[in-house]
Amino acid sequence: MSADDHVGSGNAKHGFWRTYVFSTDHKTIGLQYGLTAMCFLLFGFGLMLLMRWQLAYPEEANPLLKNLFGENHPFMPGGVMMPDFYNQLGAMHGTIMVFLGIVPIAVGAFGNYVVPLQIGAPDMAFPKLNMASYWCYFVGGVIMLASFFVPGGAANSGWTSYAPLSVIATDGQTFWLIGMIALITSSLLGAVNFIVTIIQLRAEGMTFMRLPFFVWAQLVTAFLLLLAFPPLEAAGILQLMDRVAGTSFFLPSGLVISGQPLQVAGGGSALLWQHLFWFLAHPEVYVLILPALGIVAEIIANNTRRPLWGYRSMVYSTIFLGFMSFIVWAHHMFLTGMSTGISSFFQTTTMIISIPSVVILTALVISLWGGSIRFTAPMLYALAFLPMFAIGGLTGLPLGLSASDIALHDTYYVIGHFHYIVAPGTIFAVFAGIHYWFPKITGRKMNDTLAKLHFWPSLLFMNGIFMPMLVQGLAGVSRRLYDGGAAYAHAQDVLYLNKVMSHSAFGLGVVQVIFIINLVWSIKSGEKVSRNPWDATTLEWAAPSPPLPHGNFETLPVAYRGPTEYSVPGSSSDFTPQFQAEES
Amino acid sequence: MSKLLGLPLLASEHGGKIDQLIIYVHIMMVVLFVGWGLFFAYTLIRFRKSRHPIADYTGVTSHTSTKLEIGVAVAEIWLLVGLSIPFWATEIATRPSRESNPLEVRVIAQQFAWNVHYPGPDGVFGRTTVALVNEQTNPLGLDPEDPHGSDDVTTINQLYLPSDRRVVVNLSTKDVIHSFSLPEFRVKQDIIPGMSIPVSFVPTMTTATMREIQKDEKRNFEIACAQLCGLGHYRMRGFVTILPEEEFQNWLDGQVQEQQEGEDDIWG
Repeated sequence: MSADDHVGSGNAKHGFWRTYVFSTDHKTIGLQYGLTAMCFLLFGFGLMLLMRWQLAYPEEANPLLKNLFGENHPFMPGGVMMPDFYNQLGAMHGTIMVFLGIVPIAVGAFGNYVVPLQIGAPDMAFPKLNMASYWCYFVGGVIMLASFFVPGGAANSGWTSYAPLSVIATDGQTFWLIGMIALITSSLLGAVNFIVTIIQLRAEGMTFMRLPFFVWAQLVTAFLLLLAFPPLEAAGILQLMDRVAGTSFFLPSGLVISGQPLQVAGGGSALLWQHLFWFLAHPEVYVLILPALGIVAEIIANNTRRPLWGYRSMVYSTIFLGFMSFIVWAHHMFLTGMSTGISSFFQTTTMIISIPSVVILTALVISLWGGSIRFTAPMLYALAFLPMFAIGGLTGLPLGLSASDIALHDTYYVIGHFHYIVAPGTIFAVFAGIHYWFPKITGRKMNDTLAKLHFWPSLLFMNGIFMPMLVQGLAGVSRRLYDGGAAYAHAQDVLYLNKVMSHSAFGLGVVQVIFIINLVWSIKSGEKVSRNPWDATTLEWAAPSPPLPHGNFETLPVAYRGPTEYSVPGSSSDFTPQFQAEES
Repeated sequence: MSKLLGLPLLASEHGGKIDQLIIYVHIMMVVLFVGWGLFFAYTLIRFRKSRHPIADYTGVTSHTSTKLEIGVAVAEIWLLVGLSIPFWATEIATRPSRESNPLEVRVIAQQFAWNVHYPGPDGVFGRTTVALVNEQTNPLGLDPEDPHGSDDVTTINQLYLPSDRRVVVNLSTKDVIHSFSLPEFRVKQDIIPGMSIPVSFVPTMTTATMREIQKDEKRNFEIACAQLCGLGHYRMRGFVTILPEEEFQNWLDGQVQEQQEGEDDIWG
């Protein structure tokens, strides 16, 4: 069957709007997701840079912004940050990075672009649903951005939006909730689409155990999104009702705000919000990390020139991880007044979930053994991912045990821990993936020298930001402090680290320019390469670069073997693609 | 070891066990990371393309990694069953017995201050109600009609406690979620609106001793708010003063007297 026969798609010419804006082609939608998400990542990073100036130099005017904000500006009069604005930045940095940056790029962009190609499908199962998913995401993003301009500014109650603080907060919180409802809807539409596509549209011969590990990671991720997000969508609507319709789902009776009794019905539960929130937000952690593991696995197999070690145990571990991720959520709530029974349950499940993570990481490292390792640009990012993810995972242990969590809970240790997972972890995997699949998207390679100039300082600065956080956390410094702990005696010994972290962050910002230049420059001027420049084995490399609009392949491919058949004994070349009929 | 990790000074009875667990976990983390890192680095050097041009299809065949994974699991079970769960059962989730004669105190958090409420000589807390709250004169809403309340002592941001005696702090909040964090005492407890949550601990170091150790005459034990509670979260700081039992009683008696005289002025 040729692509032209594919029902309703073909290569019919669409106008500008249908081709580039309201496209139903998974590749265009993937790129839309990718570009939008990268803008949000940059924006969320910018918010953090503002915060880091304040943390290093509390209440000093930001020299770059001195003249941008007037003396009477409510957020930064004369360039000096107000505590309320700091809280807005904190809440919005978290929200934007997680919901508008990482998830859309890891799932919306990589998932959308790569999954149909890797399973040999002409498109996603529901192209229009796919388009709707992107536009819901876009609307959610616009609402979040708009919230900075409402009276009182954006949401300021943390990305966790704990009630009652969030319920009594300024109007930005209403925008946050409506924005979240749009974003969740987007994820749900996407998740359904991924599940159906992966189950129904696999090419001939593409059995489940021949799926590239990346596709498995996306499949489990889609189930997590589908099952974990609805509770938060419901919770978001309940909180919205508390704010606008006078209900009290999360408000107990007898609250006194600033000396005035709060005039509400009461009888609600503040803890209920935390349960509903973390019931989503813990699986969400795996939504952030599984696609990253998938990307890294593909790149490691390709650059070691040997099959992934323990592919099956990786797949089973990922599925097990998916199930377990639904019963660990309350380890975020150890200090809410828990009985021994409940805390024992959740710390036990938390220790159990660490095991499949260890299995996957171990399999990836052992895969290196016996390889013929090529240190290409994507491989550098993928390799750096491994120790960074290991640090992130290991520092989760003392937080997952309820007793040691008492000292470390809500300190900078927590921030260091999850940033190691998401920043030098997932974001490095994202960089790896961009460098790896760029030739498929454009037919050109990104510049190797620029990539290395970006990689090494980024690795250094990332550690310069997050390692000191672990040190501050052990010393007991609380998170979310406008002055970075300057007021507290117990923070004084580690206060100098705020400057180390901030200057590392500024440095990290500067070197991202190299990446942006490389990305933009390579689109037009990168080295032209063949359709399979990495000598890779999975199906996406059978398609032209870029793959055909609406249909992807000249002829739909057939999968003849497993996804990482590199250096097969007796074979003439060191890679045997899935789409190659037989040994030549 | 706790110095190496940079943990705060330890000033409570149960805190040693928390430190011990943190230390054990970190030893395990370092051992795993260093061992793993050495393997990682060695592999990258040994199997780089220029040294190992043809990859090996089979790779590792031994089951050492499975044994290591089992080792990690066993270590985690030990941390869990041997240390963390028993600690929680005995120190956190169990209310102290009457025989230990605990001192009961209430701490009522609000944006952005810590109200401390002692029951006074009669040992009974006076009744409070939301309707009587006045931020200037009666932040807790104490009912003047209640005889149990007349000897009560209230302070703001100043928590005085005796050393070497069990203390039960009953935590509640007037408005949003706060978290009562005493870094030196390894105490941290979220305060949830609508709930009263007790924390119990035994301070083992007086403020005077701490100042000697820190060589700082002005240093105080601090109460930090550990849960984002609004724009003043960062300055929601209180102080803990630990006195020997006798001095503590003198302080409390003095407060009772002072407060009652003050009240006579108001009502007289």
